[in-house]
Amino acid sequence: MNIKTPVVVMENITKSFPGILANDQVNLVINEGEIHALLGENGAGKSTLMSILTGLYRPDKGEIYINGQPVKFHSPKDAVMKGIGIVHQHFKLVKTFTVAENILLGLHSSKEVYDLKAVKGKIQEFCLNYGFSVDTDAQVWQLSIGEQQRAEIIKALFWGAEILILDEPTAVLTPQEAAELYRTLRLMADQGKSIIVISHKLSEVMENTDNITVLRSGKGIGTVATASTNEEELTRMMVGRNVLFDVPKKNIGKGCKILKLQQVSCLGNRGQKALKNITLDVFGGEIVGIAGIAGNGQSELAEVIAGVRPLEAGTKFIDGIDHTNSSVRSLIAAGVSYVPEDRLGTGLVPGLDAVDNFILKSYESADRYFINWQEAKRRTKEAVGDFDIKIASLSNAVNALSGGNLQKLLLAREISANPRLMVAVYPMRGLDVGAMEVVRNLLMGERDAGKGVLFISEELEELFMLSDRIVVLHEGEIMGVVQPSSSNIETVGMMMAGKRMLKQDAM
Amino acid sequence: MRCEWMSAIRFEKRSTTPRGVLFLVPLLSVIIGLCFAGLFIGATGKNPLNIYSLMFEGAFGSAYGISETVVKSIPLMLTGLAVALAFRMQLWNIGAEGQLYMGAFGATWLALKFPEWPAYLLLPGMLIMSFITGGIWGLLPAIPRAYFKVNETITTLLLNYVGILWVDYLVYGPWRDPKGFNFPITAPFSESAILPVLGDSRIHVGLILAILAAVVLYIVLNYTKWGFEIRVSGESAIAANYAGMNYIKNILLIMFISGGLAGVAGMTEVSAITQRLQHGISPGYGYSAIIIAWLARLNPWAVVVVSFLFGALLVGGYSIQTSGFPAATVAMLQGAILFFVVGGEIFVKYRLTWSGRGGHK
Repeated sequence: MNIKTPVVVMENITKSFPGILANDQVNLVINEGEIHALLGENGAGKSTLMSILTGLYRPDKGEIYINGQPVKFHSPKDAVMKGIGIVHQHFKLVKTFTVAENILLGLHSSKEVYDLKAVKGKIQEFCLNYGFSVDTDAQVWQLSIGEQQRAEIIKALFWGAEILILDEPTAVLTPQEAAELYRTLRLMADQGKSIIVISHKLSEVMENTDNITVLRSGKGIGTVATASTNEEELTRMMVGRNVLFDVPKKNIGKGCKILKLQQVSCLGNRGQKALKNITLDVFGGEIVGIAGIAGNGQSELAEVIAGVRPLEAGTKFIDGIDHTNSSVRSLIAAGVSYVPEDRLGTGLVPGLDAVDNFILKSYESADRYFINWQEAKRRTKEAVGDFDIKIASLSNAVNALSGGNLQKLLLAREISANPRLMVAVYPMRGLDVGAMEVVRNLLMGERDAGKGVLFISEELEELFMLSDRIVVLHEGEIMGVVQPSSSNIETVGMMMAGKRMLKQDAM
Repeated sequence: MRCEWMSAIRFEKRSTTPRGVLFLVPLLSVIIGLCFAGLFIGATGKNPLNIYSLMFEGAFGSAYGISETVVKSIPLMLTGLAVALAFRMQLWNIGAEGQLYMGAFGATWLALKFPEWPAYLLLPGMLIMSFITGGIWGLLPAIPRAYFKVNETITTLLLNYVGILWVDYLVYGPWRDPKGFNFPITAPFSESAILPVLGDSRIHVGLILAILAAVVLYIVLNYTKWGFEIRVSGESAIAANYAGMNYIKNILLIMFISGGLAGVAGMTEVSAITQRLQHGISPGYGYSAIIIAWLARLNPWAVVVVSFLFGALLVGGYSIQTSGFPAATVAMLQGAILFFVVGGEIFVKYRLTWSGRGGHK
């Protein structure tokens, strides 16, 4: 392997944006036929580095060599010409076109343009070659996420990709789909393609890659062979310190029952059964963690509790009062606070300013007709100070805020409402370490104040750190309930994959 | 390789838009629109500057011109406010024209049915009737929009034709004045069905109604809880739902009020201007309203000002007919202005940057 010229060499890549050094003298070497992971926390500079490799950004400093030749990309097209393809996290497909049509769309210079038959033939060839299948005549919106991803991969192959980059490819996949994806990627690597996978999932990277390059706050920390490392070392490289797995958890007595769900079922956005017979209680003074792979009913569970999604069956009680069919507004009044997965767009209104967003839920309780803007401004200012939100002006649209500050503003609003029950969906997702710490402490603070917290996360470490109980969801069903102190990540992982370990009376 | 300089100019999303830009962009858009239309005027062999100054004189050069400009601006204000209100919630009500006609229909029905009522009963009655009939015309497309997400742009637009043709049917058929020499007009209204005017001009009380509507809308949108809901709903329906706002109810309510305001424009036209219902009571006020609302950035005050300018455009348009231009010239001017105003929108949301190398996010 060492004798051959590496397929990609990125040398001393530096790229800065106003106020941020996104990449600081980063090195990356990719060999032919390997699956190489680019590992790092959010904001570590992985995406910037890959945007430079795909020609989207130009580096301030540094060199790129493809097959030993120095290259300078002026546009993404130049990178495509050099055989670099990328599958974005958010697919770039036209939903109402068929798979074949989508692939045809991007073809500029080849003979296949307008020749749907030839395109279909070639797709079948790829499928045969790499052992997967895709319905070329299906319209994209009819496909599962995994199939859409396959369509994206085929698109990249069509453009002649020899180096394939996948940005967080498994974030949206079921475990089966993820396994299948890696099988395909391995086949491709065996046939000489080079694969770069951007990820922050340690276990997945450990299982499926050959080499791992770790980035941390814009700097390349190093490249290690997967076989010679372990998760602990990788964590240290990613975070820069040993991660403490226990946050001091005050021993406060279990309060009274706040939330009681009985035999709750609901439908998802596509009309599928998203929750099946969920029975779950949340008491005051505890954090109930919900574990599961994204898309197994967690978001729907939160929406059902917050009243945004109707129940199909079952009952819902808050503080002993039947709220099965209550409106969102009466649930807000009953003290249910909800930090949604989609912060900007659901939890916060992008185009409105901080004051508007701060009173988004409480505006109702004020005067009969009018809003007291002076009061609203005063309260917002107070919260901005209390929660240490970095904000240029209260009257700027909030979409200019960073992810961490958005989440702080959202939590500031929800906590200021003095809720009984806090439902938080992926509250740490996309935050840097510092902001994560803040969110963690805020949730713990709510628990210590005797409130009920339902904490939905896909990071098992987080769940074990914070939760008093962990409930595992798989395909909308509860697989089991565990105590963090008497269980381990492996057990929960198995339940997440669908192994039922439901003890009688566990709830 | 494509032109090098192309990659050096980039659109960069603005995080905030300076106030000056908000004002300057529409102003420049109008000027460019006028220049563009000037090309066509120039193509006829006339000097566009002469034509424009002729229009300006017609609209502002005499007391009569100014008063006519104000008269034309009244229905523009009412329909402009109607459209701006719906647009605030991102409900694309293109149906103000039809709603105006239906309002005129409702008002006329009352005026013809109870001509003997005193003015203090009949006029408010006509006002309410026009609001209700116009409002229903706005509500009709709102129902499928609210419950089944049927695109209201198409339905409101199509209902325009239904409304206009309904009025045509009445004035050509059952409501035609037997003493009207076969013209498509109804019998003239009784004295008590006619809105009072200011002095001896044609400027009528509708002006006060329109300005009052602007004041109320401004207060409601900016200071009330309901106005806040509209603002949130317009920005993000999902967030509105998340905050427990009744999105569906607000769609229905906003479209009813929007239609109602446009309906009132129909009432003031038949009551004060034509003093009867007839074919073609509006030269497209409801369509101009869309341009006005857009130019005014949905701000009620600005709607009042822009409507006045568009009133001037209409009056100016009439005054150039003597030099051989059809009144449709005004429609062309409006079209050119809208085209550039909508196109100019990109400069409000984005900023052009010239950068030698690379680029920003």
